[in-house]
Amino acid sequence: MSEIAPSTTDAPILRSENLRKSFGPIEVLKGIDLDVKRGDRIAIIGGSGSGKSTLLRCLNFMELPTGGKVFLEGERIGTVRTARDGSQSVTYSERELMSVRRRVGMVFQQFNLFPHMSSIENVMEGLVTVMRRPKSEARARAAHELERVGLSDKLDVYPGRLSGGQQQRVAIARALAMDPEVLLFDEPTSSLDPELVGEVLRTILTLAEDGRTMLLVTHELGFAYRFATHVIYLYDGVVHETGTGEQIFRNPQKEKTRAFIARSSEFSL
Amino acid sequence: MGYQFDFSMVVKILPVLWRGVLVTLELWVICLAVGLVLGFFVSLARISPFAPVRLAGRSFVELFRNIPALIQLIWFFYAFPILIGAQLTPFVAAALGISLNTAAFSAEIYRSGIQSIERGQWEGAMAIGMSRADTFRRVILPQVFRRMLPAFTNRAVEVAKVTSLASVLSVHELMYQGRVLSSTYYRPLEILTTVGVVYLVMIYPMTWTSSALERRMRRKA
Repeated sequence: MSEIAPSTTDAPILRSENLRKSFGPIEVLKGIDLDVKRGDRIAIIGGSGSGKSTLLRCLNFMELPTGGKVFLEGERIGTVRTARDGSQSVTYSERELMSVRRRVGMVFQQFNLFPHMSSIENVMEGLVTVMRRPKSEARARAAHELERVGLSDKLDVYPGRLSGGQQQRVAIARALAMDPEVLLFDEPTSSLDPELVGEVLRTILTLAEDGRTMLLVTHELGFAYRFATHVIYLYDGVVHETGTGEQIFRNPQKEKTRAFIARSSEFSL
Repeated sequence: MGYQFDFSMVVKILPVLWRGVLVTLELWVICLAVGLVLGFFVSLARISPFAPVRLAGRSFVELFRNIPALIQLIWFFYAFPILIGAQLTPFVAAALGISLNTAAFSAEIYRSGIQSIERGQWEGAMAIGMSRADTFRRVILPQVFRRMLPAFTNRAVEVAKVTSLASVLSVHELMYQGRVLSSTYYRPLEILTTVGVVYLVMIYPMTWTSSALERRMRRKA
């Protein structure tokens, strides 16, 4: 039975093979294999410097990988060129990366909202500039996305007048407006005051109920446990242990994973 | 001091001063417009990924920033024609010199403005699939203009004042008229004071408008 070809819904929507990234002489990712299937919610955890943010940033090419392959819906990203001496290099066209980034959305730790645009203009921007939608249609769609994240009353407010939690929800709406096939969250609550973390996490959970495919880098282990269908523990640029939330948090098999979980939950209530 | 002020002839010279004001305004607007546009492209050269282009931009800026504006004007009137084999009118020579000088200073304002925008702004735009060009146009530049408005105002005020240097090339602008009039009437105190006040009246609205704009933008943000 194991020889049966996977059905299309089982085929990974996003996949990396031996993904590597170096900054100068320092190798941050040392060969990551990852399969993300439709509807997966993957939490990536690990200590600082383990490469978890870099991994996320390589998946939508905010950083260009220095080795390995990334596939989006089965298609390899980048063009492989073979030099005369047989060595191969990969080049990426801006056009291709723009399309990948539109399909693989990202929410940042620092929100990165455009301060000179109101909430609704932030959410409309991609629809108008990238998708070339008429303004009226973009406005309606943006209002809908802001309603989804509970900000119907803040459409014309500028980011400077919003709380951190509200800004992050606008950023989530901005990403959702592009209809991404995969959504990446890079420590979405790390720069928030503790009492604002909840509203953002609740918003992310409602997306989980919609069956969205998501990857989340986080320090909120309790949230990762509730959120994730799969958990990846990164250590020193490699996948050290992977499994369900139950396996990783309740019954980690490897010593380093156990120690990390224990360290991270030392002062939890 | 027993000096007898006589501002009565100021009324008589007003038409002449007014002609000077018009020339000054003309020079100001031309040099500011050319300088801001040219300076924008020079700033792009300054941050270009290509080293030779960067070097060209840098050389332009350093050349026009570190040589006194007065020398540049005189050079364009007396020296440049020898190179190109054609005489420039004083107005064109002055406009050329002040425009290039303005371009060098504005290029640095644009450059520092562009580089002061956080990397996250580029990433936020790229993450929704925007091209570099669209990001620059829609996200980065509008913020540069807002952030650099005080610097651009300073430059505009500075250019208005620098136009007075054109008087040494006998461009009939405000300063030139003032000097001619004061030696005609032997009333330098009254006339030059009037010229100073006229400059103030001309330039101050610019400063005022800019701070009003800044206040408005702060309210919005």
